[in-house]
Amino acid sequence: MITLDVVFWIMAVIGVGSALAVVMERDIFRSALFLIVSFLVVAGLFILLNAEFLAAVQVLVYVGAISVLVIFAIMLTRNVQEANSFNSFQLPALVLAAMMLSSIVFVVLNTDWHVWDQLGLHVLPGGSDEIFSNTEQGIKNVFGNTTQVIARLLMKDFVLPMEAASVVLLASLIGALALVREREDEA
Amino acid sequence: MNLENFLLLSGVIFSIGLYGALSKKNVIVVLMSIELMFNAVNIALVAFSRYVVPRSIAVDPIGVEVEVAKALVNGAALSETVLRSLLTGQIFAIFVITIAAAEVALGLGIVIAMYRNRETVDVTHTNLMRG
Repeated sequence: MITLDVVFWIMAVIGVGSALAVVMERDIFRSALFLIVSFLVVAGLFILLNAEFLAAVQVLVYVGAISVLVIFAIMLTRNVQEANSFNSFQLPALVLAAMMLSSIVFVVLNTDWHVWDQLGLHVLPGGSDEIFSNTEQGIKNVFGNTTQVIARLLMKDFVLPMEAASVVLLASLIGALALVREREDEA
Repeated sequence: MNLENFLLLSGVIFSIGLYGALSKKNVIVVLMSIELMFNAVNIALVAFSRYVVPRSIAVDPIGVEVEVAKALVNGAALSETVLRSLLTGQIFAIFVITIAAAEVALGLGIVIAMYRNRETVDVTHTNLMRG
């Protein structure tokens, strides 16, 4: 349990640091590399949250595909003299982000979350200590084999959103091809 | 390591992404900041799915709580309904990842078309549609 805490804090520091580096780094290419680091940290957080399938998807889609796309776009449009500079909205953006962060912190700390660890205190009388000490094993029992359940969910309950997502992917594929294609009449 | 830790981390990364998306000149950096925000939202969704016990998954919430508590204590199997509602957050994260992939493909296509036509990727110089 303590080891997991240490892992979480290390990943949190790396994640926030690399996210800051994405925004602050002057070289665009290096900020893309920091973006890959933060994607990997998010995959690690998914594993900490017992979402192994999502961690694999995160590595495949984000680290594998999206970062390659971003790096390709940087290579194709790189302007050497144009550094990764701020526009004139820097101060209002900072204020807005700080307001966002403070409201998120306020809401998170002031909401009475209905979490697993407090479960059973009023459900099974007398069994609360046992539940609390067995939470780790119990979480494994509940979240041990989620991939099957996710597959069944996608094919049964969420089949309409999944079909819509596949149409969206097809449309974006065709749209990206049409956007990037060289026009014969102009060339 | 509890729900609040994950939510605060997600909020910090989301705010950094918001700051970058609003304050950068280069379109590609704006897109990268939006990806950071997507990732922060995914962390929050998966953390909710892992920690929060849904209140309204059944007509009989106490019965569901007893069932989940038994699964926590001695590994009793959960019913399909409970398991489904517990994993809805991860399904949402999958859809967010899908939409993010489509968005980044289209967005970078637009960026490359824009660079081809205007020789710049600076959002402050892109005012073709200004009235």
